[in-house]
Amino acid sequence: MSVTPKSPAVLQVRDLACERDGRRLFEGLDFSLDAGGAIQIKGSNGAGKTTLLRTLIGSTSDFNGEILWRNSPFPKGLRAMRESLLYIGHRGGVRGGLTPLENLTWYGATETSAMEALDRVDLFGFEGALCSSLSAGQNRRVALARLFLPLSPCLWILDEPLTALDVTGVAALEKQMADHLACGGSLLLTSHQPLNLPGLDFVDLSDYAVEESFNDMGGEHVFN
Amino acid sequence: MSLTDVQLQSVGARATPGFVALFKIEMLLALRKRADIANPLLFFVTVLALLPLGVGPEPELLAKMAPGMIWVMALLATMLSQESLFRGDFEDGTLEQLALLPQPLYFAVLAKSLVHWVATGLPLALLSPLLALMLNLPSEGYLCLFVSLFLGTASLSLIGAIGAALTVALRRPGLLLALIVMPLYVPVLIFGTGAVQAAIDGYAYSAQLAILAALLAAAAALAPLAAAGAIRISLDN
Repeated sequence: MSVTPKSPAVLQVRDLACERDGRRLFEGLDFSLDAGGAIQIKGSNGAGKTTLLRTLIGSTSDFNGEILWRNSPFPKGLRAMRESLLYIGHRGGVRGGLTPLENLTWYGATETSAMEALDRVDLFGFEGALCSSLSAGQNRRVALARLFLPLSPCLWILDEPLTALDVTGVAALEKQMADHLACGGSLLLTSHQPLNLPGLDFVDLSDYAVEESFNDMGGEHVFN
Repeated sequence: MSLTDVQLQSVGARATPGFVALFKIEMLLALRKRADIANPLLFFVTVLALLPLGVGPEPELLAKMAPGMIWVMALLATMLSQESLFRGDFEDGTLEQLALLPQPLYFAVLAKSLVHWVATGLPLALLSPLLALMLNLPSEGYLCLFVSLFLGTASLSLIGAIGAALTVALRRPGLLLALIVMPLYVPVLIFGTGAVQAAIDGYAYSAQLAILAALLAAAAALAPLAAAGAIRISLDN
């Protein structure tokens, strides 16, 4: 792959509309994520932030519009995208029956790199304890330790990564994200907290919410 | 670090766990939850030990009932442990991560079913001569009972994975799971007990065992496929 001076868009979303349980969450969503770019998805509770992320990783094919990964549309682009995707959802994917070290080696880390990553998220000394015995915040750190492994994929999609993290944890994560972006990686995340990241763009789902006031419900145009 | 470095990195970034790696990690988890392994076995042994007390200790009656009772108990013990097959992985998000792997979910389901069988079905088959002795099963049936349970419980583990995958997002799947998988278990039960009965009566039983093996082959090919589809549906909600 040639390196173009202008950073190419890795992920493009055109005129996207998503539904959940028969309710249209948003429509007409347009944005494009560049290599080295970061986008924070905003919106009130229930605005469809998680649904959007789950649509982008292909967990649901229930959408209207177009999603492109490096200019190839889904679902073909999805297969290529998953090769370089690191997704951490609400449920972190940390197995309680395994130790933090085993969890990270399961995700492809070597023992040395896993220990370094655990050290970076302040879990040094806990690598041999079962994750089921750790606190919610510590489990969150185990999940996020995947971001500190040296072989991290180039697109990070993170759903509320700051949940249950303390101030130093947030600072360490911000620094790692900034490094990731500086290396040409891309980042898409949802969060209610402000993030200190250079070049962070925002997409507010409230701007794309479907107008559906109480009066409209009975209006004729709804049924046209 | 330049952009090219990152792109080079991202090529080998996602170390896709192979089937052996999937099997090993599931085995490790199964060994750490020994209670989950012990429960179905204890259920199996306890019920069969209570049976003579319930129906009366006449040796002829017990011998007549033995093949069917052992098979029905094996079936219930398998189903009892099946409910939690994907539950833990669903709740902690591992299932979501497995679904994102470039390789098909088929292999993950196959590995999990195999571990489930090693943890429940295989010990049941190994214990079966002892239970046959307790229930006064004629000695001609021992080998056939062992082989039929060996093959049959593997099919049960695979078929049950479909039900477990369909109900993983439900809070209390108990009866629903039974309703989904019981009809699918029926052929295995019929040919399993049929084989043991034929062996006791002195007939050839290789045909029934061959059918059990064929059912296992079909289940290994199709059940993980169906379960993988069911998992994707469950994850969508």
